[in-house]
Amino acid sequence: MNLSSMTILSKAGVAQNSALSQVVSTRSNILEMSQTAEEAVLRPKKCGVFGHDVRAAIAARVAQLAEDETLAAFYAVDAGQYAVLADPQETGESQGLAAILAFVDKVSNCTHEVTAEDVSGLKTAGISDADIVRLCELVAFLAYQIRVIAGLRLMQRETA
Amino acid sequence: MTHIVRKFTRKVPQWQPRVVPVKLEDATPQQLSALRVTPSNTKVSAYVLTLAHDVESLSVRSPLFNAIMYDRGGLSREERELGALAASMVNHCVYCAAVHADRHAKLANDETVTDELFANGSEADLSPRNRAIFEFSRKAAESPPSAGPEDMEALSNAGLSDEEIFDLILSSSLFGWANRLMHVLGDPVRREVKA
Repeated sequence: MNLSSMTILSKAGVAQNSALSQVVSTRSNILEMSQTAEEAVLRPKKCGVFGHDVRAAIAARVAQLAEDETLAAFYAVDAGQYAVLADPQETGESQGLAAILAFVDKVSNCTHEVTAEDVSGLKTAGISDADIVRLCELVAFLAYQIRVIAGLRLMQRETA
Repeated sequence: MTHIVRKFTRKVPQWQPRVVPVKLEDATPQQLSALRVTPSNTKVSAYVLTLAHDVESLSVRSPLFNAIMYDRGGLSREERELGALAASMVNHCVYCAAVHADRHAKLANDETVTDELFANGSEADLSPRNRAIFEFSRKAAESPPSAGPEDMEALSNAGLSDEEIFDLILSSSLFGWANRLMHVLGDPVRREVKA
């Protein structure tokens, strides 16, 4: 298992041949599928309205909201012209993405408060059903990835 | 008539999408493959048909979900369900909470743990091992995640091996993902029963 090619392990700082790398290698299939899932939401073949650069900017923003600056910096590299949106203070108004970023922020950090109106608001903003699902998959995957990384960092302290 | 279920329950509701799902008759070959539609299996849930809008994600999500929740070894299945339930309670995903509380009760052959959790939340009276599992998963599910070294220590003290702790991280984190689909893209509903 090549640890450096997997975002979860490299961003959690799990070193090759460490005690923790032995533990996680029992679930190498899960780590590999997690990396494939990252490809599917960050760099899909069919993007819909969200290109790879906007997706990277959203990912950096979500990581920033979760206070994971290492992961945020990793995603920000690919954000291109949207890099400024990685800052949660930016509304996205001037890029025409205000409704989308407000939705991203709420789904990421106030999931329990999301209602049907949040979804219908995106439709009103002209986002198709397929693109709403694509946006949710991106944000939802990141919630998973951020938490696996956070958990591994805690384990690292224990097994070090 | 249907009504939206807002309180936690083990009685699994139906799930009603807030967007229009892919229609099976319009599905592309790639979507049909991700939906696992075969001549002998033509039943696909509204949830999976909704996720088929993003077929690249769906194709990897289903096997990943199954591996995290069902692969052999490591943490027991019922304890993975407890991690899933804790996250679902934090995110108030009533549908996911119902499915995974029900599975926990059946796997554990015991309804008292989930009864207690639904009645008292983080104040629930649990065994030391269940308490450590629930507390870690609950804090890990918060935004930003707030589990700390003391929660990790509690898991070790409760007897979890490192392999079991990693499985718990995976199952509770997985519901950070699942809840943000289920709870955001649809409503848990039940048909009104006329008295």
